[in-house]
Parts: sequence; C-alpha cells; structure tokens
Amino acid sequence: MGNFLASMPGAVAQGLIWGIMAIGVYITFRILDIADLTVDGTVCTGAAVCAILVTSGVNIWLAMLIAAIAGILAGALTWFFHVVLGIPAILAGILTQLMLWSVNLKIMGGANVAVSSRTFNVLLTQMDVPMSLIFLGIAAVVIIAVLYLFFGTEIGCAIRATGCNGAMSRAQGINTDVMKLIGLALSNGIVAVAGAVLCQYQGFSDINMGKGAIVTGLASVIIGEAVIKHISKNFAVKLAGVFVGSVIYWIVYQTVVFFKVDTDLLKMLSALLVAVFLGVPYLKKKIGGKKVKGGAANG
Amino acid sequence: MDRSDMLVLTGIVKKFNPGTVNEKVALNGLDLTLKNGDFVTVIGGNGAGKSTMLNAISGVWRVDGGSIVLDGTDITNLPEYKRAKYLGRVFQDPMMGTAADMQIEENLALASRRGKRKTFAPGIRKSERASYAEALKELDLGLDTRLSEKVGMLSGGQRQALTLLMAAMKQPKLLLLDEHTAALDPKTAAKVLEITERIVKENNLTTLMITHNMKDAIVHGNRLIMMHEGKVIIDVSGEEKQKLTVEDLLEMFTKASGGEFSNDRAILS
Repeated sequence: MGNFLASMPGAVAQGLIWGIMAIGVYITFRILDIADLTVDGTVCTGAAVCAILVTSGVNIWLAMLIAAIAGILAGALTWFFHVVLGIPAILAGILTQLMLWSVNLKIMGGANVAVSSRTFNVLLTQMDVPMSLIFLGIAAVVIIAVLYLFFGTEIGCAIRATGCNGAMSRAQGINTDVMKLIGLALSNGIVAVAGAVLCQYQGFSDINMGKGAIVTGLASVIIGEAVIKHISKNFAVKLAGVFVGSVIYWIVYQTVVFFKVDTDLLKMLSALLVAVFLGVPYLKKKIGGKKVKGGAANG
Repeated sequence: MDRSDMLVLTGIVKKFNPGTVNEKVALNGLDLTLKNGDFVTVIGGNGAGKSTMLNAISGVWRVDGGSIVLDGTDITNLPEYKRAKYLGRVFQDPMMGTAADMQIEENLALASRRGKRKTFAPGIRKSERASYAEALKELDLGLDTRLSEKVGMLSGGQRQALTLLMAAMKQPKLLLLDEHTAALDPKTAAKVLEITERIVKENNLTTLMITHNMKDAIVHGNRLIMMHEGKVIIDVSGEEKQKLTVEDLLEMFTKASGGEFSNDRAILS
C-alpha cells in the first residue's frame, strides 16, 4: 500500500500536465463547439520541437515558446482545411494530425529523442516530483487566470458567441471565421505547450505520446464537469474543473496500473467513459419530452 | 437616387442550385426602394422570395446579380459581418437571434459592440449594466432583474423581445424582421408586435417586416408589399394601405399573379 500511495504524487503531476492539454480540448470542444482531432498530433509536435531545441542548447523557455508557435501553426492549418476549404471539422483535424505524424518524425529525426534532466536545463522532471508539482501548480493557476481574463475580453466573448451561435454572431458583426482561427490556434498552442512540459517531465519525446489525447482530454473535461457541476458556474471554476478531472483520471489510471489490471484496456475504458457521458444527456433529453417551440412571453 | 432613399435594391437575382435540375430562381430581378423611415410589411406565399430578400440584404451569401445600396453606400459585395454594423435582424426561430449559453447582459454587450473592432478591452463593463436593466424594464417582461441569467433559460417570446432590443441597440439603418412572431403563440406574438411597434417608432427605424398574417401586414407600417416568384407584385402605401382589407389583398393577389390562386397558409391566414 505504501508503494501505491508513493505513486500518487506522480499521478497528480501527470494529471496536471495532461490537464494543460485538456484545457486546449475544452477551448475547442466546449467553447468553440468543434471536436478538434489535431491535438493528437500537436502533443507530440510540442514535445518534439522542445526536445530538439533543448538538446541543441536553446534556452528552455525559448524552446517552449517555439513549441507553442508550432502548435499554433498546426491549429491554423486545421482552420484552413475547415474554414477556407470547407472540409468538415473532424476530418480537417484528422488530416492535420496525419500530416503532423510525418512532421514530428522529421523534427525528431526518428521515433524519439531523449532529454535527460542531468544533461539539460529543464523546468521539471519526474526525478524530482515535489518540485515538479510546485511548478505545475503555478502553471495551472497562471493558465486559468490568463484564460479567465481572455474570455472576458471582447475577442473572448466573440469567440464564445461564435461557438454558441454562428448566425447570431455574424448578425452582431462578428467575423466568425477569424474567431474560429483564434480559438483553434490558441487551443493547439496550449496543447503543444503541454507536450513540451510532458517531454521534460518524462525525459523524452516519442512519436506515440499524443495517441488518443483527444479522448483523454474529453474524459478529463467530462469528469471535471461532473465534479464541479454543483459547486459554481464561474468560468474560472470550470477551467479548474478541467485540471481536477485530469488529475482524477490519472489517479484512476495509476490505481489500475498498481492493481495490475490489464493497461491495454485503458484506452477502451476512456473511450467508453466519454461515449457514456456524452450519450446519456442526449438520451435523457430525447426521452424527457419533445421540445416546445415559442412559449409565453411571461413564462 | 433620391437622398431620402435608405435602401435601393436594383435587379437582384439569386439562384439556388444553379445549373442543376433543382435550380430555383428565388429572386428574379427584384427592385425595391425604401425611403428613410419607411415601415414596410412584406407578404407573399411560400417560396415567393421574402426571406431570400432579407438574406440578400444581410449578406448571408452573395447575390448573382443586381446591386444593394444602403443609405448611399453600395454594400453588394460586403461580407455579412461587416454589413451587420448597419442592420438589425430578428429571425423566425427564437433560438437564432441570441447566444443561449451566454448571459442576458453578455448578449446585450455583444449587440452594443456591433460593428466595433474587437479588442482585448472588457467584453462587458459594470457601467453598462444599468442601461441594460433600464432597457429591459421597458420591455415589461421581468427581465431587468435577470441580467446574469443564461438566455437559454428564457421563453421564445422573451428571446424575441431581447433580440429586438439588441437589433435596435446601435440605431441600425435598417431593421429586418423575418416572420419574427410566427413561432410564438397568438398572445405572445401580439405582445412582441407591440414591442416592435414601439421600438420602431421610438428610434424612427426604416423597417422591413415579413409576416404571414395579412391582418398584421395591413395594421402595421406605412407601406405593404406583396412578393411573388422573386419579385414585388403589389406595392401600396399611405391611405390606400390603411383602407385595405384581407379580401382586397386576396383579390389583388389573384389578379397580379395571373389568376392563379394559391391557397397556402401564408396567403390565407
């Protein structure tokens, strides 16, 4: 049991790192109402860019900034496929994701790159979990604060309106195409940063590290929503809920690993969890009675 | 062009599915001129081109021919979001005019920034709330105390009233109402029409209002047009309009459309 408890701080750290990624998913899925599959590729792109730059002696902060820019470009490409070429959002994301597979291999010059914390100056490492947790805690607070402020600005409100009702947004003079670009770019920039942080923490970047990220991210978003649902409707709390959801997800993961349950099944369980949580509200609504159009003015 | 002309549509053509067996000419050389302050009601059967006309003016897509001049400015090729600065719009579907997941005050704040370049300035300031509450109070629907509620919680009638308020907020050059009471029950529809009258009068808005209710079309506004096959076939205003009856309109329609009488809902109700 001691071993099990000892593994928990590591699970929380993993949860916070993937929580950053899940924040990116939240922006596209919940705010922009687009299921963006680009992120499966962007996680690794961020990690690959960061790993290559750090191992070539570039400052870690600069490396992370460039990783973020790489993610932003990936998001912009998906936007181009979706908005300019009219390809359905899901397929547009898949196309970018597939392209990124090649791009990521080219960036790394192979399937993986080691980033030893003993050789290179990184911000966090699983060799020092307590320090990593402090760093990640601060990072989470900063991300929540910045996004809370951003989505309260005119641009932020316009992005929210775009995701909520495109026709209304255009009628209110909002350039919905541009707002989708900002949203997709911002989301993938954040996801790339999550990849860059993950590669430092685990000490390597790997071509497979983003596989299923969208589902993990959605699971975190959904678990978080279930937890904070009755606490507050404040936007900052909702964002914090995404981190909470991700931490819970990784604690469960760690538990499953500890009790030697077949980890091959984890991706299937994540996918089923997402399917159930997205499907149940729909079925409830369908069974719960037909939608009434109009209604009384004073009702 | 007369300087008092607010809207001049010249030879507007819009085809859907061009070049296919499903080709439909929705607007067929439509000409229409609105004077500043005109309140025009629009009637016509299904497929007459009423909504298509409003969508053409709004810029939902580009027209295939003709020109749209609003208050002296050619807006024919302006994208929808840029035209929005000059237009107030209310749709038939109460869900369409507002953002359901956003608060009442956030919706109003979006409308009050219509046509303004979006920046990192706050999406809503504290000082705005008082004026929103005041405007909502005039609607008399009990919304003035519910500023921070999600619009999704409101009834269809409340949402249409809110959309009207938002549409009129920035003193648009033209107010476009696309059967905005059709999805409401009769009592609510009457209430929303009453609010419409008041907002149009108070702001002296040039207005195009589509309705399927002939009585409403006669009672409201200073001018009435009837559309058929993508063109205006009847155009009456002033005293002549005030004297109209539903029977007159039906007779005029039968004559103008070449003796072919349509018995669809839009004409008879």
